[in-house]
Amino acid sequence: MSLSLEGKTCLVTGGSRGIGKAIALKLADFGADVAITYARSADAAEEVKAEIEKKGCKAKAIQADAVSFERAEEVLAEIVDDWGKIDVIVNNAGITKDNLILRMSEEQWDDVITTNLKSVFNYSKAAAKPMMRNRGGSIINISSVVGISGNAGQSNYSASKAGIIGFTKSYAKELASRNIRANVVAPGYILTDMTDELNEKVLEGIKAETPLGRAGEADEVADAVVFLSSDMSSYITGEVLRVDGGMAM
Amino acid sequence: MSQDVESKVKAIIVDKLGVDESEVTADANFTNDLGADSLDTVELIMEFEKEFDLSIPDEDAENIATVGDAVTYLSGKLS
Repeated sequence: MSLSLEGKTCLVTGGSRGIGKAIALKLADFGADVAITYARSADAAEEVKAEIEKKGCKAKAIQADAVSFERAEEVLAEIVDDWGKIDVIVNNAGITKDNLILRMSEEQWDDVITTNLKSVFNYSKAAAKPMMRNRGGSIINISSVVGISGNAGQSNYSASKAGIIGFTKSYAKELASRNIRANVVAPGYILTDMTDELNEKVLEGIKAETPLGRAGEADEVADAVVFLSSDMSSYITGEVLRVDGGMAM
Repeated sequence: MSQDVESKVKAIIVDKLGVDESEVTADANFTNDLGADSLDTVELIMEFEKEFDLSIPDEDAENIATVGDAVTYLSGKLS
């Protein structure tokens, strides 16, 4: 078994920025053809596509709102039509709309749950049939340590990320007999645009709670995703792999 | 036409479920009689879609439980 992803076809949702971008590029480093979806950042998505192509791999940048069930079917159909199959789906698209429960609006709750959790259902479901035809596949859903331990001010985000864990374990059980694996990667505090919004005091607090004593890089999350995409993890399914510097242990 | 559909449907079932052709009677239920699990039945529907080049919506697929159901449904769709 090797970490090589040569000949594998991957899709990363929300792949134009942050952790999704790092994942898309690293999958290509290991030889995979990579499609990314993006909601609005067309220019950034095209740049990622160009970078993947520069590495000698096939690439696609597809505009798709992760919330749309129909669009997920269309995206998978496009990839399978053009590239013949889908081996790996990385459900990464996600948003935050933080607020204390006492102040949280219904809209803030619904937006985060729908974008972060329903999107995972949309793409995992759309991938199931092509993966069954292909006699295997790997689904990697990006959760968060706050889905394991909760976080004040992030009840909606935490709930969506915990939901992803339950969904993934169910999916792993339903499709294991067809050699389709499903695993969760749960990042801790990772430096991205999303965490740039946090203030200094919060950041210091996070660092103090992290045994490894530093923030993580998006690249370090991508390493875990490569492992779960590759045949090196062929006997691993339904697992939650924390990439959090020890934060949630 | 219906004869043709029936023999194709039976061939797919024999191949997919690894059962003997003699077991594949019109009233044989995929799950109860032919040993299909829930994913096998989904795969059967996928094979029918491929063989007959049509798409079977989930709400229709749920009503296809026996060999006869499949033949009747597909014959109706193709006529």
